[in-house]
Amino acid sequence: MDALKQELKEFIIEQLNLEDVNVEDIENDDPLFGDGLGLDSIDALELIVMLDKNYGIKLTDPKQGKAIFESIDTMAAYITEHRVK
Amino acid sequence: MKQVYINSVASVSAQKTFDNAEFLNDFIDHEAVVFPVVNPNYKVFIPPAAARRMAKGIKMSIAASKIALQESGLDQVDAIITGTGMGCLRDSEKFLSALIDNDEQYLTPTAFIQSTHNTVGGQVALELQCKGYNFTYVHASNSFESALLDAKLLLSNEEENTILVGGVDEIGEHTFKLQALVGHVKKEAVKASELFESHTSGAVYGEGANFFVLSNEKQNSTYAELVGVKMFNTLPKTLLTETLEAFLGSHQLEISDIDVVILGANGDAGYDDYYDILSQGVFKKTQQAYYKHISGEFNTASAFGFWLAAKTIQSQTLPALVKRNNFKSTGFKNVLLYNQYRSENHSFTLLKQC
Repeated sequence: MDALKQELKEFIIEQLNLEDVNVEDIENDDPLFGDGLGLDSIDALELIVMLDKNYGIKLTDPKQGKAIFESIDTMAAYITEHRVK
Repeated sequence: MKQVYINSVASVSAQKTFDNAEFLNDFIDHEAVVFPVVNPNYKVFIPPAAARRMAKGIKMSIAASKIALQESGLDQVDAIITGTGMGCLRDSEKFLSALIDNDEQYLTPTAFIQSTHNTVGGQVALELQCKGYNFTYVHASNSFESALLDAKLLLSNEEENTILVGGVDEIGEHTFKLQALVGHVKKEAVKASELFESHTSGAVYGEGANFFVLSNEKQNSTYAELVGVKMFNTLPKTLLTETLEAFLGSHQLEISDIDVVILGANGDAGYDDYYDILSQGVFKKTQQAYYKHISGEFNTASAFGFWLAAKTIQSQTLPALVKRNNFKSTGFKNVLLYNQYRSENHSFTLLKQC
């Protein structure tokens, strides 16, 4: 699980071009959107595609995203349970 | 019809030009087939949250726009007009590569929405919160001149009073490889200071953003008056001189009235003969200047030439590194720009001291 969390942090920093953010700056329970990391709706689309591409998870209901993408912890838990690759 | 004035200038180029207090004081003698841009500190101009999705062309343009706006003393302009030959090339390459690499699956929106030609105009408008006329001209090496002409017409007719006009192009790695493959780029690195002695085919490429605030009201910071701009998609060599004389004549000027002619020669042995017709012909006894050995060639490099012309008139000095000959001018009142790329998209642009 820790390796997955590390992987998610690295992906978010690289793919979303968070230039001044390091892996150590993101706590596992930090909110990713809003006041936390400050991600927005376009980032949410990037994350949805990442779930499909990297882990074979297709989110059919966009409303699910709000809970799944709450933090690194919630993302890692959902991926661990639903991943097909 | 009102006169049109250049009230401020801003340049992000392969030289340190973003500081308007200087005028080519230090020459960076690049030795390459692509001249890299000297970047300002973009964090001063763009909030980090916005900057993270911006490719080079957008960042250069927003920095140049804000410098131009600040120098003009304005908080806002009536309109934004952008010229770009290739648009946001890096993001175009990014999303097209993703299409191929992922077999048209797993496509994300960011690169696509940032890839269009009018992304720059849109992003500059968002940064400035300008809700006015916003237009982007894409016409190869006449892109900037097209933007300039539109601005001139709008200002002359008093449809707008202040317009931010700019030219921007960025290097895209894949596109550059294609341009090299078809022989548009020099095969070997050339020193900037020796470009015109290379006598080889192809150009040295570059990138940059040059923005200007144009207005129909003169102010203390005014650099020069934009008298005229004329474009030709094709222009036979045999008609070049008489076409130029007709252009000058339409502004009641003759060859002898031109104090310096700024030519867009790029060191390409195959196409610089157009410039030679003028420099060895009617302008044989006129002060001549080149600039693409310091900016590199790109579709809107002529906007850098425009920057050079405006700065020359305002400062009444022509830096030694751009001088092609040494005919002493008593002053720089009328400055003419002539540009073409690979014998297409010719333009004459005329600036006057005011």
